[in-house]
Amino acid sequence: MARAITTQKKVMWTALAWAFGLAIFFPILWTFLTSFKTEATAIADPPVWFLFDWTTENYTAVQERSNYPKALMNSIIIAVGSTLLGILIAVPAAWAMAFVPGRRTKDVLLWMLSTKMLPAVGVLYPLVLLAKWLGVMDSRILLVVVLMLINLPIIVWMLYTYFREIPGEILEAARMDGASLSSEILYVLTPMAVPGIASTILLNIILAWNEAFWTILLTTVNAAPLTAFIASFSAPEGLFYAKLSAASMLAIAPILVMGWFSQKQLVRGLTFGAVK
Amino acid sequence: MGRIVLKGVRKAFGDVEVIPPLDLEIEDGEFVVFVGPSGCGKSTLLRLIAGLEDVSSGDIEIDERNVSTVSPAKRGLAMVFQSYALYPHMSVRKNIAFPLRMSKMDKAEQDKRIAHAASILNLTDYLERRPGQLSGGQRQRVAIGRAIVREPAAFLFDEPLSNLDAALRHGMRVEIGELHKDLATTMIYVTHDQIEAMTMADKIVVLRAGYIEQVGSPLELYHKPRNLFVAGFIGSPTMNLFEGATAAEHGAHTIGVRPEHLVPSKTEGLWKGRVGLSEHLGSDTFLHIHDTGLTETITVRAGGDIDLHHNDTVYLTPEADKIHRFDAQGLRIA
Repeated sequence: MARAITTQKKVMWTALAWAFGLAIFFPILWTFLTSFKTEATAIADPPVWFLFDWTTENYTAVQERSNYPKALMNSIIIAVGSTLLGILIAVPAAWAMAFVPGRRTKDVLLWMLSTKMLPAVGVLYPLVLLAKWLGVMDSRILLVVVLMLINLPIIVWMLYTYFREIPGEILEAARMDGASLSSEILYVLTPMAVPGIASTILLNIILAWNEAFWTILLTTVNAAPLTAFIASFSAPEGLFYAKLSAASMLAIAPILVMGWFSQKQLVRGLTFGAVK
Repeated sequence: MGRIVLKGVRKAFGDVEVIPPLDLEIEDGEFVVFVGPSGCGKSTLLRLIAGLEDVSSGDIEIDERNVSTVSPAKRGLAMVFQSYALYPHMSVRKNIAFPLRMSKMDKAEQDKRIAHAASILNLTDYLERRPGQLSGGQRQRVAIGRAIVREPAAFLFDEPLSNLDAALRHGMRVEIGELHKDLATTMIYVTHDQIEAMTMADKIVVLRAGYIEQVGSPLELYHKPRNLFVAGFIGSPTMNLFEGATAAEHGAHTIGVRPEHLVPSKTEGLWKGRVGLSEHLGSDTFLHIHDTGLTETITVRAGGDIDLHHNDTVYLTPEADKIHRFDAQGLRIA
């Protein structure tokens, strides 16, 4: 029997879903609105919604007060660099685990994932000491390496699941068809794994871009990315809500745009393997 | 040419010996079917011949050349997989061309062979499609096309029809059979379906737990099963087996009578029983007979229009010269 879905029910659920969606989106909307207010309007009580004098002065102020381009550049280098370095290490690892699994492959994978359960702050002290000893505090290379290590388990896991989806028989067919190992990888495996590798790269750039614990704690000036840039606006001398909002908008804009354009790829990548 | 000889071929995964040392000769142009229940090692044996698995010991020779340590690519064999294993990102044409591209054959010859294979397999109209846009049967044909163009010494088929529905399976069975007649190339075919084995093979190799139970033509296996396992495995419905006094009368530990060699009668016969389920196939009727006091159920293959119904009393008589006798070890008594 088909389920009876009344119009009334449909409207109710749609409304509820929209309400829920808007509630989740609300902080971003509020930040967006606040970024165009004066500091006074920003803290007005009751809050002003849309009817205020829209101003871009916060954006100018933020640019003047700090070096946005530099922070943006640092974010790009750290996010992209750590992701690519991670991919470079994770591809062969995932490849081996997916296609020539050993008796302990599953254990290794779980162990890798378990490192993600460790509270990050637990290794803060040793990491800072190590970085100081190596003289790499507040350097991009330190953040590239640290963020790569932080996200490596996820990269390996994601790639592993994608590679697992590629039937081994297809690789064997290539072998039977006379393909050498390099042709097998070049003509058969890589084209089939491209969507998986691409969505892994996308997701990890986003994760690295948003990472705020290590990026704020391990940088001061030189390597400070956008996360540190935002944090610098919640200064001890007082909160500047409007400027903080403007800085936040500037920080999330690039990744938002990227996410928007790669939406389809991301969704496909994340649900890959869920359906046969 | 494609004469394949296995000499003492053995395969073990760790401590588990899946194929104990085994000898087998496959003549050039023969259609050989490896058949057995799942886990009997038939696929492993095929993969050993293909080179996808390494032998633990022993030798594999193809046309007098020892290929035991030669890579799959260089054995000159082509394989058709159960899942078809087509390259999803390539068109049908590119799929079929792939082995030729790998062997760096010149373009004109490639095109000629692809066109030829496509016409044999009715794929000409589909050459520019991707595998995802094809039906199961068409995909299987592309996989076969990819094998044909290489002009291999032998074709290896690993349960190629088990993903197809019954009607298509029958059609493809005929197609593969005809292909073998046309190409006259050695084919080794793995299946768990004894009907496929019986209908397609020149020679059947029955495997159990890595051991070869019997090698022979389909009719040899049907008429003279070497042991109880082969007797039970070949033939459908399966052979009725009787032990105890009934068998002793024939001087055997176990006797076997195929369902088609039991004559049912309403009035008289050797064994009395009661009709349970009757399966009407039109041409035949399979009767399941209970309460004979011999064995739980006896299957009888009777004519399509037999007039026997549920709970009717029935008498059965085995045809005297069609009784198979086996000793206590399960081996055939000649």
